[in-house]
Amino acid sequence: MNKPESVLIIGSGPIVIGQGAEFDYSGTQACKVLRQEGIRVILVNSNPATIMTDPELADATYIEPITASILEQVIIKEKPTALLPTMGGQTGLNVAVELAESGFLKTHGVQLIGAQVEAIKKAEDRDLFKKAAAAVGLTVPVGDIATTWSDAEKLIGKIGFPAIIRSAFTLGGVGGSTAYNMEEYKNYVERGLTASPISEVMIEQSIIGWKEYELEVMRDRADNVVIVCSIENFDPMGVHTGDSITVAPQQTLSDVEYQEMRDKSIALIREIGVETGGSNIQFAVHPGTGEMMVIEMNPRVSRSSALASKATGFPIAKIAAQLAIGYTLDQITNDITGETPASFEPTLDYVVVKVPRWDFEKFPKADKTLGVQMKAVGEVMSFGRNFREALQKALRSLEIGRSGLEEPSIHPLFDDSDGRMRKKIKKNLTMVRSQKIFDLRAAFIVDMTVDEVYDLTKIDPWFLNQVRMIVEVEKSIAEAKGNGKLESEDFVRQIKEQGFSDSHIASLNGISEQDFRELRKKMGVIPVYKTVDTCAAEFRSNTPYMYSTYEEEDELEPSDKKKVIILGSGPNRIGQGVEFDYCCVHAVMALREEGFEVSMINCNPETVSTDYDTTDKLFFEPLTFEDVMNVVDAEKPDGVIIQFGGQTPLKLAKSLKDAGCVIYGTSPENIDLAEDREKFGKILNDLNIKHPAYGVAYSVEESVEVAKKIGFPALVRPSYVLGGRGMEIAYDKESIREFMKRAAEVSPEHPVFIDNFLEGATEFDVDAIYDGETVLIGAVMQHIEEAGIHSGDSACVLPPYQVSGTELKLLRENTEKIAKALNVRGLLNVQFAAKDGEVYVIEANPRGSRTVPFVSKATGVPLAKIAAKVAVGITLKEQGIGEPKELKHISIKEPVFPFTKFPGISVYGGPEMRSTGEVMGISHSFGVAFAKSFWAKGHKLPESGGVFLSVNDNDKRKVVEIARDFAEMGFELIATGGTCSVLKENGLNVKPVFKVAEDRPNVVDLIVNGEINLIVNTPLGRSSRFDERAIGDAAIKYQLPCITTLSGAAAAVRGIRALKSGGVMNVKSLQEYHK
Amino acid sequence: MNARLILEDGMVYHGKPFGADNDVFGEIVFNTSMTGYQEIITDPSYAGQVVMMTYPHIGNYGINSIDMESEIPSLNGFIVKELCEFPSNYRSEQSLDEFLKSHGITGLQGIDTRAVTRRIREVGAMRCMITFSDLPDEDLVEKVNASAQMEGSELASSVSLKSVKSVGEANAKYKVALIHYGMKGNIARELVKRDCSLLIYPADVTASELLDKQPDGVMLSNGPGDPAAVKYAIDTIKQMLGKVPIFGICLGHQLLAHAMGGETFKLKFGHRGANHPVLDKSTGKVEITTQNHGFSVLPESLSDDVEITHVNLNDGTVEGLRHKNLPVFSIQYHPEAAPGPHDSRYHFDRFIDLMENRA
Repeated sequence: MNKPESVLIIGSGPIVIGQGAEFDYSGTQACKVLRQEGIRVILVNSNPATIMTDPELADATYIEPITASILEQVIIKEKPTALLPTMGGQTGLNVAVELAESGFLKTHGVQLIGAQVEAIKKAEDRDLFKKAAAAVGLTVPVGDIATTWSDAEKLIGKIGFPAIIRSAFTLGGVGGSTAYNMEEYKNYVERGLTASPISEVMIEQSIIGWKEYELEVMRDRADNVVIVCSIENFDPMGVHTGDSITVAPQQTLSDVEYQEMRDKSIALIREIGVETGGSNIQFAVHPGTGEMMVIEMNPRVSRSSALASKATGFPIAKIAAQLAIGYTLDQITNDITGETPASFEPTLDYVVVKVPRWDFEKFPKADKTLGVQMKAVGEVMSFGRNFREALQKALRSLEIGRSGLEEPSIHPLFDDSDGRMRKKIKKNLTMVRSQKIFDLRAAFIVDMTVDEVYDLTKIDPWFLNQVRMIVEVEKSIAEAKGNGKLESEDFVRQIKEQGFSDSHIASLNGISEQDFRELRKKMGVIPVYKTVDTCAAEFRSNTPYMYSTYEEEDELEPSDKKKVIILGSGPNRIGQGVEFDYCCVHAVMALREEGFEVSMINCNPETVSTDYDTTDKLFFEPLTFEDVMNVVDAEKPDGVIIQFGGQTPLKLAKSLKDAGCVIYGTSPENIDLAEDREKFGKILNDLNIKHPAYGVAYSVEESVEVAKKIGFPALVRPSYVLGGRGMEIAYDKESIREFMKRAAEVSPEHPVFIDNFLEGATEFDVDAIYDGETVLIGAVMQHIEEAGIHSGDSACVLPPYQVSGTELKLLRENTEKIAKALNVRGLLNVQFAAKDGEVYVIEANPRGSRTVPFVSKATGVPLAKIAAKVAVGITLKEQGIGEPKELKHISIKEPVFPFTKFPGISVYGGPEMRSTGEVMGISHSFGVAFAKSFWAKGHKLPESGGVFLSVNDNDKRKVVEIARDFAEMGFELIATGGTCSVLKENGLNVKPVFKVAEDRPNVVDLIVNGEINLIVNTPLGRSSRFDERAIGDAAIKYQLPCITTLSGAAAAVRGIRALKSGGVMNVKSLQEYHK
Repeated sequence: MNARLILEDGMVYHGKPFGADNDVFGEIVFNTSMTGYQEIITDPSYAGQVVMMTYPHIGNYGINSIDMESEIPSLNGFIVKELCEFPSNYRSEQSLDEFLKSHGITGLQGIDTRAVTRRIREVGAMRCMITFSDLPDEDLVEKVNASAQMEGSELASSVSLKSVKSVGEANAKYKVALIHYGMKGNIARELVKRDCSLLIYPADVTASELLDKQPDGVMLSNGPGDPAAVKYAIDTIKQMLGKVPIFGICLGHQLLAHAMGGETFKLKFGHRGANHPVLDKSTGKVEITTQNHGFSVLPESLSDDVEITHVNLNDGTVEGLRHKNLPVFSIQYHPEAAPGPHDSRYHFDRFIDLMENRA
């Protein structure tokens, strides 16, 4: 095979549940290695927060919607010789299949490399897959495909309950559910049929309770096949692997069983016909008989392959890209050893544990139990020399307030003599709760046996014994309180070997973490660093990919170079996503350019920052004070950089500085100035900068007083939250009282912050850099949604599209003033609200923000890189950075929400951030840019059809103009009740429709019948909640665009108008925009 | 109770014993297989050695009565980072600790096995002892240095059979003479699966005794020790060359190389694991192999009649040989796997083909 001249790579689009940052990691690897091969790389991805969309990583980078018609344009323009479809998750694969099947690729002479359509179909079509599996002697759970409810009704007789219902060709198991009875079954089948783009559901026998495994398999064109990694799920079958704690390598299969699984994997990848690249194959094994079934196969890189790459040091995506262009495994060198070939199977001398991170507190109404549909938004991974150590390190990496396998509410020496706790725990264990690992701890605290716990959970006794052993040690630590045992080096070393954190040990002994740390160091109980080397030390490795453990030999060799440690952002979660990894990676690149030896500390396996290729040294460690300081003590860097990893490293700033770390960039004291409301308010007053009136309350009644003083509506934010309700807007005294009762625990230790809420204000974001001399305003962005919706959940336009010269001047000047007042060294993000000609500061964050990658893609100015250099003392002037050029194009960032994963949650925005990812649209006109970002998010703006309008009283006046615009463009207006009357009164032709509660046919009937193409529904308040919910649910189910603000609707009007008046969604690369 | 691991270079590691409680000597070797400890422990090729596993959790799935490569373990000692006390697998019948105790094998855990592995990698193969004694380190290091060397050690006879044993169906298609130098049971099982009946001979069988039975082929098994020291076997093989198809595995391969005029040398620390890539030069394909050897065939020592058919892709060492004119071939690694990948089972088919073509 000849090496292709140019390759098109498709990314995975926005971060959504089930398709996360791992595809940025894989795509970035692929781009890098193909360019090293001298191949021209063309990249399409709608997600601006990624490293892969950096203009330096590809020859032509298109931030465009990932749809067949956009890709056709790119192909016609760029004429790639080949398309690599396996790097962009299910999104990339689906669109590539579409292009291949339509014959477009063939017509344009584009060769599909890495996976052929036939193989993709065989792996993904359940029926074909079943046949392929049977051909190699594997069974799949009994099941079949249904395309209608009546098919499904017949099938269930054959399959029996419980049955799993999965929709075909979806990612992250959308529509996948377990039904235990006919009613549930019907419900799930219908949901699955709707969610599947081909209206197909797979119904199969549930094998809940079987052991679950995954093998990562690679094959080259010479038919060499290797298994890169085996993974065993801690949770048995029944929980989506993305929601399971997983362990590498597998722990409980004998060699005979493992080799059978290996043989079958190899036979299957051959049978499916994956010619080159990686595949992930999932197996289930009956715990009592060893019977093996194959569950599914992904003929592409996946979340698990990213995990396997990090767990083993074998870069699956990179090698898959090399295999796709014609190399064989034996022609590729193992990067880590630098001498042996990649045609081998990595062997581990450590245990790797991955733990998912959920954000249920953002979705209080969502079902929090786990099942076959993935719900986690991120994950952490950790290394240990035993499972217990790795598990505890992973748990403290999660940043969920646990410093290991601990739960402050249940002391290890808890006395359950009345058996009440035991009863409660037993009940919990029968449910698959996301906090199950802590339930297991509780079970062993009340002395349940492994057998009892196994009966309730079907978690393999090997794992249960490990958890039990941790609990035994925890008990011994608690018993050590006051008896001097903590002075014993042997004892301390033993407990550290089990992964116990200083803070956990200290709290069980009633001493401070710092005191215990000092005591431990004095005894010489300090961690050593071992290398992840793919070969269990059989060969030397020159790649310092390290993890800590408590053992004898330390492999770390600190250099005497100028060095810096950058702290990463930990697990992805809502509010802290891949954007921060982007910033960290840029900081690494910038400081390497400046000759620093750069180390990264992070624990997120999905990211580019934890690629051993990215940094000089990688420490795969939790981002806690203890773990970071251990690295600092061992490495003795010149400084530590904390401003790029979001809140995670920021929280550590003060304690690191107190422990003697040099913090490069803005000082922790000045960071604190910005975070502390009182102090920051004073600064703003001194600077004569306006901000919303605010106050602090220490009791329910005081909160009402404060709110009255500063004026309603008020934004209420408790410092301590119950049940996850973070922030709310209160319009009157009653709702404040109610909120306080429901959501906040208010006390002198836990005050409540109350801000005047600037209703109807327009919000702005400014990203800037200050070096002590000059302020660089990176960008001023305007939100489309008005104040009240979290900035991360608002669409954002760059440059601002509706702003006065005075406002713009104030935004810039105030940012400069704040930068100087906080003495920022590096990045600063300021959020503003403008109302009635005044500009107010909402908050300032002296750190990298969510918008940094978007700004960098839109403007071509690499803010994070510049800021990293500023942080180490290289001024803007020295860097030759001047004012950014005036932009001739418009960029719009749109958030993406996980509504399809959590049926029943509200689709209406609020002050609590809920989006998981973002997309970007770029064009020379606002309308087209908006249409692109809207499309990238999942919906093409309709150019005709019915628009359903239902707005609250505040919006009734303004909706008329928008409705008129729709009518003028030829849309049919459809409305209920009040909105309908208002429109009619204003002379518009409206089709009235019943509300759901009124009569039929109602609005949902029209949605089902396809008469509505766009929904504009602003939240109506309590009385209409029922309708809102029904409409929102129907919109999700029938995949209709639902706009929930009038400003959003106005933007949509501009988008539709642009499309209808001949605006074409032309593609243009970033390189062309920034030429 | 504590025990120490003493290396001949003076390194001392403290750990906790399990299994039997005897002081033992041996050559320390590391194995990088993550599974298959039962097969490794019962592989007679480890005679004279103390085996250390690099994967830190060992014993997870217990011990069963099926996955045995020989009836009793022949290794001198077994070292792990962490012994699993609560095995979990539906086939498990006893714990690893119980098994080692019942066979009098000393085990040691709680060692920084990665540190020891790195030490062996840098220093090379070493002798060691696991000891319960109270003597000072220096005295014990001296003892280790006075213990038997692997180089020059003939160990095959110590783990071979005492008398001929017949295995398989009498009316099987092929009659194979299998010389047991410390054979792994799966070699016999793979042959029986391929319609062979076996006469398994002690290591010191003579060529005439063996050829008298007119076997269709001769299989030379794996086994422990220095091949150069097994002179009697080399002579026997020499006498059989050209008279019957021969297939050698591991020690059998090395002995065959000697018989064909070649030489072997001791590798710095050997190959032991289940992930070593080997290139089949005839097909250009790579197989992932199980390896367990401390000696290797010296390529320069081979005559022009002998072709190197397989090479190790990690270090380029000889992994397979074929005589250009005679029905003779051999491989350094383990086509019978157990433990390890099954990629190389085709060698047994090649052996069958060889016998078939001669028939």
